[in-house]
Amino acid sequence: MKSAVVLLPGLNRDRDMIAALTKISGKAPATVWQTDTEIPDVDLIAIPGGFSFGDYLRCGAIAARTPVMRAVAEKAAKGVMVIGVCNGFQILVEAGLLPGALMRNASLKFVCRQVKLEITNANTMFTRRYQPGQIIRSPVAHHDGNYFADAETLARIEGEGQVVFRYAQGTNPNGSINDIAGIISDKGNVLGLMPHPENLIEAAHGGSDGRALFEGALGIAA
Amino acid sequence: MIKARITVTLKNGVLDPQGKAIEHALSGLGFDDVGAVRQGKVFDVELAGTDKAKAETDLKAMCDKLLANTVIENYSVTLT
Repeated sequence: MKSAVVLLPGLNRDRDMIAALTKISGKAPATVWQTDTEIPDVDLIAIPGGFSFGDYLRCGAIAARTPVMRAVAEKAAKGVMVIGVCNGFQILVEAGLLPGALMRNASLKFVCRQVKLEITNANTMFTRRYQPGQIIRSPVAHHDGNYFADAETLARIEGEGQVVFRYAQGTNPNGSINDIAGIISDKGNVLGLMPHPENLIEAAHGGSDGRALFEGALGIAA
Repeated sequence: MIKARITVTLKNGVLDPQGKAIEHALSGLGFDDVGAVRQGKVFDVELAGTDKAKAETDLKAMCDKLLANTVIENYSVTLT
């Protein structure tokens, strides 16, 4: 399985994402730059975290309108798996590839800590190596992770099982509606989440709870 | 040249924690009559040409495509 990582000015978790994908798949991912209009033939495209374009206007707003994101949208429409972490999630909602919006944390504070996540849908390409209802640990580091969707959209994504990760046991760090931490597209190939599973993949990280997400997506035996 | 002002505000029902914090700060300054405060954004845009109808159409398209996130925000366009 081959992967690619999207690089944009202002992202700062790109190296972490590249390291995680390299360690887990045994192959370095291809990298694509903001001006690239074509993405190589890969199975998984990852959009890392950071502060693309300085978070100007709205987090992810400028990045979502770059040429490379048009190419990502074309790949997503063809069924290629896409994962957006943190700023990557914000970019995916701004690009309209996922429903809803990510707003300023209710506390108005930047949160950088570990949270617990409940796997609310283990029947996706990304979560198939977890058990339904399983609680995993994951770091978060963001200022704008407060997920919002109007009542109609919320009812639809809840009803269709598109809510994949929820902050568990009172660990909601940002006021996100229904404790939503990560959602998937209706076709099941585009995932966005605020937590950083790529930062918890080996003993040196203090745990490997995030590893199964990439193993599942890349079809690699645990 | 055409000049325009675009105002972007949060939709009703969307929680605005920044507006809330400002509201509290204003009451802390002794402005006891302050009710709800909502924070928004203003863009002043200059456009070449004199066709006001085209300008208005273009400005609305700019809002829909970039300046506002219509999931959570409303916008209004005024030619000045």
